[in-house]
Amino acid sequence: MFVRGLKRKCFDGEEDIEGTLAGIKAIPSYNLQRQSLLDMSLVKLQLCHMLVEPNLCRSVLIANTVRQIQEEMTQDGTWQMINTQSTGQASLDRLVSTDILCRSSREQAEGKHVPSYSTFNKDFEGDQTQDSSETMSTASSVQAPRNLQSNVWEMENPQENKGNFQKSLDQIFETLENKSPNSVEDLFSEVDNSYYDLDTMLTGMMSNTKMAHCDGLETFSSPTTPTSNSNCKSDLNELDHIVEILVES
Amino acid sequence: SLAGFGSLMQDVLWCFSQVKGTIDIGVTEADIISTVEFNHTGELLATGDKGGRVVIFQREQESKNQPHRRGEYNVYSTFQSHEPEFDYLKSLEIEEKINKIRWLPQQNAAYFLLSTNDKTVKLWKVSERDKRPEGYNLKDEDGRLRDPSMITMLRVPVLRPMDLMVEATPRRVFANAHTYHINSISVNSDYETYMSADDLRINLWNFEITNQSFNIVDIKPANMEELTEVITAAEFHPHHCNTFVYSSSKGTIRLCDMRTSALCDRHAKFFEEPEDPSNRSFFSEIISSISDVKFSHSGRYIMTRDYLTVKVWDLNMENRPIETYQVHDYLRSKLCSLYENDCIFDKFECVWNGSDSVIMTGSYNNFFRMFDRNTKRDVTLEASRENSKPRAILKPRKVCVGGKRRKDEISVDSLDFSKKILHTAWHPSENIIAVAATNNLYIFQDKVN
Repeated sequence: MFVRGLKRKCFDGEEDIEGTLAGIKAIPSYNLQRQSLLDMSLVKLQLCHMLVEPNLCRSVLIANTVRQIQEEMTQDGTWQMINTQSTGQASLDRLVSTDILCRSSREQAEGKHVPSYSTFNKDFEGDQTQDSSETMSTASSVQAPRNLQSNVWEMENPQENKGNFQKSLDQIFETLENKSPNSVEDLFSEVDNSYYDLDTMLTGMMSNTKMAHCDGLETFSSPTTPTSNSNCKSDLNELDHIVEILVES
Repeated sequence: SLAGFGSLMQDVLWCFSQVKGTIDIGVTEADIISTVEFNHTGELLATGDKGGRVVIFQREQESKNQPHRRGEYNVYSTFQSHEPEFDYLKSLEIEEKINKIRWLPQQNAAYFLLSTNDKTVKLWKVSERDKRPEGYNLKDEDGRLRDPSMITMLRVPVLRPMDLMVEATPRRVFANAHTYHINSISVNSDYETYMSADDLRINLWNFEITNQSFNIVDIKPANMEELTEVITAAEFHPHHCNTFVYSSSKGTIRLCDMRTSALCDRHAKFFEEPEDPSNRSFFSEIISSISDVKFSHSGRYIMTRDYLTVKVWDLNMENRPIETYQVHDYLRSKLCSLYENDCIFDKFECVWNGSDSVIMTGSYNNFFRMFDRNTKRDVTLEASRENSKPRAILKPRKVCVGGKRRKDEISVDSLDFSKKILHTAWHPSENIIAVAATNNLYIFQDKVN
């Protein structure tokens, strides 16, 4: 039932990508499974918002998991490869058994590759110029999940903010597509976090500014590059598919 | 009987005693038991459910005529403790589910307990009425007022026996003190105060004062973006009224002394086991999250439950537990699936027996486990209707982890993860245990010779 003994592949060239793609059809690689876990976690964070009131402990644990994955992906440079892999693959492959992730790092030791930072940095700088048209600035470290968290903990009205949340999820995945991991932090930089502060809400101070923020989120501009748009859309369709599976199960 | 003290587990044979609840195939969500607790003498057993109700069972007196029926538990009182509420500010429902019940020690004829949902703690008084006054002067038998001018003589009302009536009345309501969900309540050994803990804060209450509480722990970061850890359970020391512990989602326990400062943000002791780096995976943190913490009756040890293990800590040793027991290690390779179906977030509780020699906790497939701390023996038992013949001895169960499955074993893939034993209770001085299996309450006792 579960895959065992699969070595993790390092993405440092086209050749490896093809090899991995071929391998994917037979057995999902560590990176795919890790990506699947990341997708699943993000969906869980969103889903728990639609319920009565999110279980804070569960949300914190999931968000910490997301952060771990993103840190590891940033370190070994696979963050760049999300885009390339996604085309032409059924979304179900992403949710195949993630048994490898259950194994301890000791068991994966032989397959683990020392990340090379040089490739990562080069691509990162390249991406910055592409994204200059969007309102994203360079961040110093991987803080991606933090602003994700602020949105997650403090949503006081899941029904009203459902529209905003779908938007936020779109933005999250758009950002992941844009090969700029640090920009997730900036995704929410325009949002005044005090709006989501429960204590502030209780004192009723933010009632007036609430409507303004909803407007602000709705007019958030989408990425300009057509490539990222199409990938974004295909990923969203896959995401819907994933959500369907999770909800039906 | 004092069979609980010093008895070795191999000598104890657990027998089915009673089961409460319906046998219907479909489970009504409101009937799901969410907490179980014996009172300090073991005479009463309380359960709370998702529908906000509390049911109290009372042990009947042992009869010389029927020695084999060792004090069965029968329904004593049932009442609606909490109702669903709506928080208009946040447009969210507040569940009526009873998260915890804690008894106060008995000080007069009445019984007192605390029950809590996510937001509000209530103090309930449960008292008996078996007499009623008769012969009022100003009222007639039906209660109607009599015309004073028609009264020609006076009499003294007398108390006459009536059918026993058990009434539960809410004596105090402690509300509006928790922004986040309450996970624990604990009565202090001074019997004058108690604490309530939510995800980020712990408050100290005086039983007499409902409009005010003291905040003694606050781990909410100034910037919620930096939140990475929450409080998962808290309990007062059984003897030292200034000492309490609280556990976290990162697998740590902090012991605090209320004498040092009003806000116990700095712990007196910090219990954490160093992580085994070779065992690290993406799920390491989640499975290290502590779901329950309990002081031993002696006050010398604390027991913690995380997803796969139960650990016993000596209060004098902070760097690692003195004992670790594997509850269901065969789940370690299934963590991904358990993460996907959310089972990895299930919060199991754990309990000590009266002499602190045996500990018990629940698992899946309606299994529960006991560990004898002295002999290091453990046993897996099952709460099921199939084993529910009166005084039937429970047969130990075994999970097959690979290779050939023996006849009575069950394979990991056949386990029913919807049947989880999250809540159990152990009688304070006898070998009587209460096990909540979804909407059924099982009571097991040790075999009478």
